[in-house]
This record gives sequence, C-alpha cells and structure tokens, in this order.
Amino acid sequence: MSEPDTGGGERQAGAAPLSAVELRVNDQVRRLELDPRTSLLDALREHLRLSGTKKGCDHGQCGACTVLVNGRRINSCLTLAVMHEGDEVVTIEGLGAPDDLHPMQRAFVECDGFQCGYCTPGQICSAVGMLAEVRAGSPSHATAEVASSRISLTDEEIRERMSGNICRCAAYPNIVAAIRGIAEGGAA
Amino acid sequence: MRPFTYERPTDARTAVSAVSRSGAKFISGGTNLLDLMKLDIEHPSHLIDISRLPMRDIEELPDGGLRIGAQAVNSDVAADDRVRTRYPVLSQALVSGASGQLRNKASTGGNLLQRTRCPYFYDTAAGCNKRDPGSGCSAIGGFNRIHAVLGASDACIATHPSDMAVAMTALEAEIELLDAEGSVRRVVITDFYRLPGDTPHLETVLRPGELITGVILPPPPPGRQLYRKVRDRASYEFALVSVAAVVSTERGMISEARVAFGGVAHKPWRSFEAEAALIGRPAEMATYRDAARAAMRDAVGQGHNDFKIELARRTLCRTLAQAARSS
Ligand SMILES: Cc1cc2nc3c(=O)[nH]c(=O)nc-3n(C[C@H](O)[C@H](O)[C@H](O)COP(=O)(O)OP(=O)(O)OC[C@H]3O[C@@H](n4cnc5c(N)ncnc54)[C@H](O)[C@@H]3O)c2cc1C
Ligand code: SF4
Ligand code: FES
Ligand code: FES
Repeated sequence: MSEPDTGGGERQAGAAPLSAVELRVNDQVRRLELDPRTSLLDALREHLRLSGTKKGCDHGQCGACTVLVNGRRINSCLTLAVMHEGDEVVTIEGLGAPDDLHPMQRAFVECDGFQCGYCTPGQICSAVGMLAEVRAGSPSHATAEVASSRISLTDEEIRERMSGNICRCAAYPNIVAAIRGIAEGGAA
Repeated sequence: MRPFTYERPTDARTAVSAVSRSGAKFISGGTNLLDLMKLDIEHPSHLIDISRLPMRDIEELPDGGLRIGAQAVNSDVAADDRVRTRYPVLSQALVSGASGQLRNKASTGGNLLQRTRCPYFYDTAAGCNKRDPGSGCSAIGGFNRIHAVLGASDACIATHPSDMAVAMTALEAEIELLDAEGSVRRVVITDFYRLPGDTPHLETVLRPGELITGVILPPPPPGRQLYRKVRDRASYEFALVSVAAVVSTERGMISEARVAFGGVAHKPWRSFEAEAALIGRPAEMATYRDAARAAMRDAVGQGHNDFKIELARRTLCRTLAQAARSS
C-alpha cells in the first residue's frame, strides 16, 4: 500500500501553491485548501477524516476506493480532488450509519458478504452505483445483445458488473447473494 | 508525485492555447495519466483539466453517421441507443474494457491516447525506448508474453491496450483535432496511430498542443458487427488478442468485410489482407482459415508471445463464423 501523496497537510519542497476546492460530501459542503496533487481518496481520508473509503492499490486496480460522484461510481484514487469542484460525493459514511444502515449495507451483513471487511465499503458503494446503471439500462459484457435495453440481472451479470471490486477474502458468492437480494427486493 | 500547477479552462480554444506552455498536459478522466504520474513515468508541471469542456455530446450527422464528443465517457457511449443499435461492435468493445468505475471516468479522447501496458515501460529501473528514448528495449529478450507480433521494430515491441480503438478501426472512424491556431483537421484512425519504428515514444500523429475534440463515425457498414476479446481472466483485464469484425453476406457469399485486431501491434491493427481474403468467397470455415493465415502472414513471435499468432488466427475464425451465421 502506498503512502498518501500529500498526507495530513504535510508539505513537500517545491510544492505547487494550494488550490481551494469546495465539495459536497455526504450532504455537507466542505471547503478545502489542497495541494493539487491530492487525490479525491486522500482528500476524503486524510483531510476530511472519512476513513471508511479504503486505499487498496491506489492505481485503479482493486475498487476499494469506490465512491459515488454525482450518483456514479468511480475510483477515488485515480482522480484529483481539485477536479471535483462543486461535485456531490457520497461515501460509505453517507450511505448509512451503524444505527441506520442503508439496505445494501444491511444485505451485506445479513448475507455475510465479507470477511476482513477491507473491500466492503468499496463493494457497497459500487453495488449501489451498479444497480442505478442497471435501472438506466446500461449494457455490460455479460449482456448477450448490447442493443437490447432489457437486462435480467443474473448472477453472471452481477459478477461482470462488479468485476471492478476485488475481494482478497473471496467473499464473492455472498457478495453476489447480497446484491441479488436487494435487486430482487427492488430497494437501494 | 512531482508538483504541478492546475487550471480548468471553460472552452476548447483557451485549453489549446494554455497547453503551449512547456511541461503542460491535458487531463481528462485521469485514469491513465494519474496512474503514470504516481509512478513518475509522466511528469507534467502544469495540468489543464479538460474534463468539463462542453464536448460530451453524441450527435447525429446528416450522412447517417455519429459524432462522439471527446469528453463523452466510455460508459455513456456504450449505453447510447444509437451506438448500441447501429455500432454494436463499439458498445461491445467498450463494455469489455476496464471496470464499471473506470468506464464512468474514462473519456473517448483519453481512451484513444492511453499508453501501453508493457511492464518495462512501467518499471523506471528498466531500459525502455518508449519511456526514455535511446535506453534500449527490455522486452526484447525479456518477458514479452503480452507484446506485439505484427509491425514491431528492434526499438519497441509494445502493444496498444485500447479495446475501443479496435472497434473504431473496424468502423473507419476519424479523429477530429483542434490546434492552437483554431484550425480543425480530421485524421482517419488507421493513420492516427504510428508503428514504433525508431521512435516508439511517438505514438500518434497528434501535433504538440492539439486537442482531440471528437470522433466521427461514418454511417455503419452493412453486415453484422462483433467484438471478441480473449484475456487471462474473465473480466477487468486487458486483451491478449481481440478481434472487431463486420461481415455482410449475400446468398452464402461474403460481400463486404472489415477486420481489426487488438493486442497484436503498436496500434489497433486493420487487416486489409484478411478482408481481401474474405470478400467474394463463400461464408465458410475454409474461407475464414485463409483469411486468418493472410492476416498473420508477416507475424513474428518474440518467444513468450508466440502463442498469440495462433490465438489471433483462431479468434478471427470464431468471430467470423459467429458474425456470418447471423448476418
Ligand atoms: C486497472 C485498469 C484496467 C483497465 N483495463 C482496460 C481494458 O481492459 N481495456 C481498455 O481499453 N482500457 C483499459 N484501461 C484503460 C482505460 O480505458 C484508460 O485509462 C482510459 O480510457 C483513459 O481515459 P481518461 O479520460 O481517463 O484519460 P487521461 O488519463 O485523462 O488521459 C490519458 C492521456 O490522454 C491525453 N488526453 C486526454 N484527453 C485528451 C484530448 N481530448 N485531447 C488530447 N489529449 C487528451 C492526456 O493528456 C493523457 O496523456 C484500464 C485502466 C485501468 C487503470
Ligand atoms: S516494448 Fe516498447 S514499451 Fe516495452 S520496454 Fe520495449 S521499448 Fe519500452
Ligand atoms: S485504491 Fe483505488 S482502485 Fe485500488
Ligand atoms: S472481505 Fe476481505 S477483502 Fe473482501
């Protein structure tokens, strides 16, 4: 795991001037002064102390850092915080709280959709974004006819659409079960 | 990561004049550039954020084609109804690439310009003519399982990793470019990418400071379109070999054909040789085998990647058979 580029305000020699950025994170306006190098992930974790979003690879290869930006799932490690001026960011902390879980969080608990839990915030944010994509009729590599906008969310579809989230504990069968339950229940 | 300054212009003209500054670079989705900046392979001193330029639309053209704005993200292009019905090979190629999260960020322009996945290009301790011209090619004689079998040189045997660009090659797309003087030019995608030759650090004919503003798709060619990607895992993995094919048949004979390969060369590889071997011949396996042989006639393996030559032939045969069956 790599270190944060510009952790907790520490400044490196020759650093560029700080840039002001305003984000809307979990329904709150947050104003930050950041080194332009700060990834959205580091801004969330190191500057806003929202450590629910995890850093796995820091290179777009694992999905642990997945958050929702303007309703769409992205990898927060491969984008700069300054590029998100005015954007609406939802992290795992914004989806639900321990005493008020989001249906997808509850489904992961009920289905045992994790072991160590490190990939889980990314899995849950990704699953919420993924179901919105399905509702919008977006095709996937598992969709036999890309031209058809009717998608039946088979396990194969769920696995393909969730392939951007790696789980080192291989909790996949239960992750798929949790998502299937929510998709069939129509919530989330 | 090295320090840089950042600006976000609001129109394309300002963006192209800003990029004339030394060390300046455009950033779009950032999914390739930031990855490379973290590893000190790219080190711009100034970033021009083009992600909010008004170039996200997909528009109908009077001739029946489509114009895809350079900022249209991969997932939006893949999900566009006109692309899905008229250019399904492009939708298929897009959804076979990267992950849902990455496709929500990756732009059309950035996807075209993404850099190779050669492991030595990523390893700053290794010689690499593409990263550091004149330092040699560590892949020749090294681990070269993912490398090129067509059009490579003694200086570089890297492949271009894009799936999208392979489909666009079969569709004869044109890339629309804007320069600092405000003039616009279009380049057919087969002429847009270069072979490595002695200058593998030059990957396209893009001139310094030019901005990709869009991609023009000519009216769809007749016939059935298909993209097939072969890789080491079922998803979230680059192609070892891929094929984009368009096949039209009349009374059992192939009347028109387009063939492009991914994963085999420094650029998406249009195989005019395969097309010539298909047109006017019966739509049957013997024809596909001839086309596959023609496509790989000049192929040269580097050792670990020898298997790609046979894999490319078989992938082409299977793709053609499937496309012809349903055309
Ligand atoms: C883990 C992982 C897996 C992946 N798997 C695949 C895969 O299977 N198939 C595949 O095809 N791709 C894959 N990709 C690559 C992905 O598709 C690219 O990273 C993405 O398309 C790049 O687009 P971007 O907008 O983020 O570009 P950026 O990173 O913003 O830019 C890339 C380059 O293009 C330049 N640029 C961007 N836009 C313009 C423009 N309009 N005009 C001029 N220059 C411009 C930038 O200056 C930069 O040099 C993968 C990436 C990752 C991280
Ligand atoms: S194949 Fe090209 S990119 Fe890879 S090491 Fe050789 S010169 Fe560098
Ligand atoms: S930490 Fe962002 S994808 Fe791994
Ligand atoms: S639960 Fe441990 S990595 Fe997924």
